[in-house]
Order: sequence, then C-alpha cells, then structure tokens
Amino acid sequence: MSAEVAIRHRQGAFLLDVAFTVGKGVTALFGPSGAGKTSIVHVLAGLTRPDHGRVVLEGHTVLDTDKGIFVPPERRRAGLVFQDARLFPHMNVETNLLFGWRRMGKRAGASEIARLIKLLGLEPLLKRAPKHLSGGEKSRVALGRALLASPDILLLDEPLASLDQARRAEILPWLERLRDIAGMPIFYVSHSLDEVARLADQVVLLDAGKLAGSGSVFEVLAGKGAEKPVGAVMEAIVGENRDGLTSLLFDGGRLWVPDAAETGKRVRVKIGADEILIAREAPSAISANNILPVVISDVTMEGVRAEIGMRCGNARLVARITAVSVKRLDLSPGCSAFAVIKSVTVEGSK
Amino acid sequence: MTFLTPDESQALLLSLKVSSVAVAVALPFAAATALILSRSFRGRTLLDGIVHLPLVLPPVAMGFILLTIFGTRGGVGAFLKDQFGIVLVFRWTGAVLASIIFTFPFQVRAIRLALEARDRGLDEAARTLGAGVLDRLINITLPLALPGLVAGAITAFAASLGEFGAIITFVSNIPGETRTLPLAIYTALQTPGGEAEAARLSALSIVIAFLFLIAAQAIMRRATRRQDG
Repeated sequence: MSAEVAIRHRQGAFLLDVAFTVGKGVTALFGPSGAGKTSIVHVLAGLTRPDHGRVVLEGHTVLDTDKGIFVPPERRRAGLVFQDARLFPHMNVETNLLFGWRRMGKRAGASEIARLIKLLGLEPLLKRAPKHLSGGEKSRVALGRALLASPDILLLDEPLASLDQARRAEILPWLERLRDIAGMPIFYVSHSLDEVARLADQVVLLDAGKLAGSGSVFEVLAGKGAEKPVGAVMEAIVGENRDGLTSLLFDGGRLWVPDAAETGKRVRVKIGADEILIAREAPSAISANNILPVVISDVTMEGVRAEIGMRCGNARLVARITAVSVKRLDLSPGCSAFAVIKSVTVEGSK
Repeated sequence: MTFLTPDESQALLLSLKVSSVAVAVALPFAAATALILSRSFRGRTLLDGIVHLPLVLPPVAMGFILLTIFGTRGGVGAFLKDQFGIVLVFRWTGAVLASIIFTFPFQVRAIRLALEARDRGLDEAARTLGAGVLDRLINITLPLALPGLVAGAITAFAASLGEFGAIITFVSNIPGETRTLPLAIYTALQTPGGEAEAARLSALSIVIAFLFLIAAQAIMRRATRRQDG
C-alpha cells in the first residue's frame, strides 16, 4: 500500500513542482492556502492532467506523461470527497450514495452498504433531498458516496473546511473510525494543524507549490505552526490510574494527565511548543506533573526566539523558548536536559 | 369551443399544432446547440451570431428566402420533392419550418443559460464516481438543465404562436392549412365587418401567450428553489 507522486505543472503564475512517496494510512497534505494541496488532489484524481508527472497508486501507474499514460478519472477508482460535498441536487441521499457504487462494479454487498450507512449514521436521511441536509450531514453523505464506489485510494479535500466548530467535532470521529477500518490509503488535505495532528500518519508539507518536508506525523509536525506551534504529537496507550491522574505510555516515556480515558486505549497526544519549559537540572519542587529527561537534538535561532528540538526515547519534542534562555542554559545539540510539560492535550482514540 | 366559429377554432388548432411540432422538432437541436455554445471554442461568436440572427431578421425577408430555397422550383425544394416527395411550400409543414427558424434562438438561449449556470463541480464529482461523458450528459447535465429546457420550449411555443411575416410569405394564407391565428386575425380585418372576430382572436392570442409566459416563469422559479443548497 503506497503512492508514488511526481508532478510538475504550471497554472498561470503558479508552478507546482513536487515529488514524494508515501506509505499506507492517512497522508496529510498540509500547508497554507495556495500551497498546491488541492491541485495535487486533482492530479491524483485525474481531474487535472499535469504538464509533467507520474503517479503510481498501489502499483498501478495511473499517470505517466513521458509514456503517454493517463487514466481518466472515471476509470481511476480514486474516491474524492470535495470541500463542498457536491451532492447531486436532483437525487435523494440514497441515490447519491449509490451513484458511484452502480458505476464501479457494485463491489460492496448489501450488508456492507447497510453497515457503512449505519457507521455514518445516514439511515434516517436516505430519502431526503440534499438541500434538506445540514453541512455535517452533507459531508457524511459525500464520504459514504465516495466509499461505496470502492475506491483504491481515498482523497479528502478539506472535508471539514466548510463546517463550523461543532460540525467538525461531529465529523472528526467518523474520519478517525474510517482511518482505522479503511484498507485503502487516504490523502487528507488540510490547513488545520489540529486535524492533521489528530488524523494523519504521515505528513507532506507544502508551501507555494513546493515540498517543504515530509515524513511521519510524529516527526514532521513538531515545531510547525506560526501562532501556536506544535511541540509534539505522540501516540500513547492509556495506562494505570493513580491519585486521579491517568498515565499515557508513549515510545520514550510516560505522561500523567487528569483526563481519565479507558485503559488500553490508543490515543493521540498533542503538546504545544509554548507548553514545554527546559531545565538543565531535574526540578524538584514544581507544580508540573510531567518532567521528561531529554537529549537536545537541534537548536534553531529565530531572532529573539529559539526552537529547541529534543528526543525523549523515540519521541520528538520541540520547545519554543527565548534566545536569552538558550544562552543562559548553554543549550546545544547533544546535551541532556529536562522538558517540563505544562499541559497535554489528549485527543482522538485510535 | 362554442364562442368560436368553426373557422376560428380551426385557426386556433392549427396554430397549436404548428407551434407544438415546431418546438418538439427544434428541442433536441436547440439542446445540442446550447451544449456546444456553453463550451469555449474558436468560432463560438460566429455560431452564436448565426443562432441569434432570426431575432433581427425581417420575417418577410426570411419568408422570401425560404420560398426561394424550398419552393418547388428552388434548388432544395425541387430536390426534396423529387427525391422524397416532401413539399414544404404552401403546407402547414412549411409553417413549422418558419416557426422553428424564428423560435430557435429562444430555446437555445434558455437552455444555454441553464447550462452555464450549472455547477461544473457536479460533473467532476460524477467523473470521479465513474460516470462517462454520455452518462453524465443524461444523468447530470440534462436533468439539471431541465428547467431551462422547459422554459425554453414554452417561450418558443408562445413566440411561435405569433409568427406572421415568414409564414404568410413562405406558405401563404390557406384556410385549414397555413392560416394560423395571426393570419386569421389579419384575414378578419381584411373582411368587411370582421372587427369583432379580429378582436376575439386577438384577445385569445394574448391570453394564450400570457398563460404560457406565466407557466414558464413558475417552472423556472420552482426549479431554482429545488436546486438551492
């Protein structure tokens, strides 16, 4: 399960020039507006034929401009969920859901269809017209419609962008469930760090049509984000409960959080870069519950601020502190320190 | 129709027949033309101009041209008569041809507006779900343009009921064959004491045209409401 993508395409003044390979799971295409995220998705779906490009999905070459290979979208089996859902207004929910299923070989059986409809909570909506659906309901129908076409690859183009906070909270669990049961690779376009941190396994970072980095979500996301940079994204297993605190075991140590979750559950943990303090010696009398021994791996100075990259076992953390502190503590790659973590956000079960 | 004389109802029925046949025959061609015009290609302006030409063409001049082309001694007319036994001149079918030419722009315009207002994103969505060109045309494009098709047909029908100049020039004014409502009104006015009949037929024409326009607007309104959101 993998995808190999290389695209070089000029659209007016915009030049998209990227190449990357991703493995199974959810790959987030992340970057600011105009970075080329949607353009990549359209190339993957076949809606855009780039000037130069090669796309291999699951071992099938669907695009190779050098060899003149171009599989049109209707034969590509790339399920695309558009930002604006794009339900057919003259068909009810049920007909919308089955539109692709009817044309893509009716691979899903009656019980599978029923299960998906149930999973997405669509039973009460089947006979409704799209205009009588809320934004969240439309997104779920669009998701179901794409899935019932049994795609080889699923492309989600900011499926939450047109929704308010409450609706997002309603859809995100569906997407998490989907990620965990779907067999096909999923590309997830987003400019929301929170969504990416919660859903993605891998991240392809884009900026102005160029690749700005790619890799595991746990590696790439730390340090990203201008306003409230991410300090760490980790996967953890909920462990024992002691004195009202629950332990979260991650690849490198243990965190204690007040939010009680089911023991044994897999969760995503997010820590803000501004929520991490650095101490050279283990602080003893301190209110913070989480103090992790770390090794400094990189120091990036940015004017009066500095980003400190750290390793705690296999986990990567990034703290944003002042340049003055870096000098005072004499922080440099290779030296050991302690990361004092002020607060931890636990989100999304896996 | 007790309030109409047999001659008058004959004119009315003939008008309805000519207009219905003209609209039905022209509709597929109008839809195809609108589809072509809703894309951009070289020569679009030229085709657009040709389609709209009848709107500015003097009907009598058009009737004369038709007579020259389709008259039994005209090139195409003689060919049609010899090869297929089809005669258009002085027949109700000729009135249909004249009506088609003059109402074609109304149909094309309405359908084209509906096509251009459509959300092309739906077409993309249908493609990713496995729908080919013809499939999309039948199941997405045309159903969504249906209000435009209906409105275009109704407007063309109403406009066709009023066609006078081209019909009288091309197929003359033959009772029961080519004397449609407007021609019957004209004939009544030429007859001493025919004013009452002319008034009745005029009122009838106006009522029919008005009803159809209202119907067209109601259908358009309903359709836009249905597709909102």
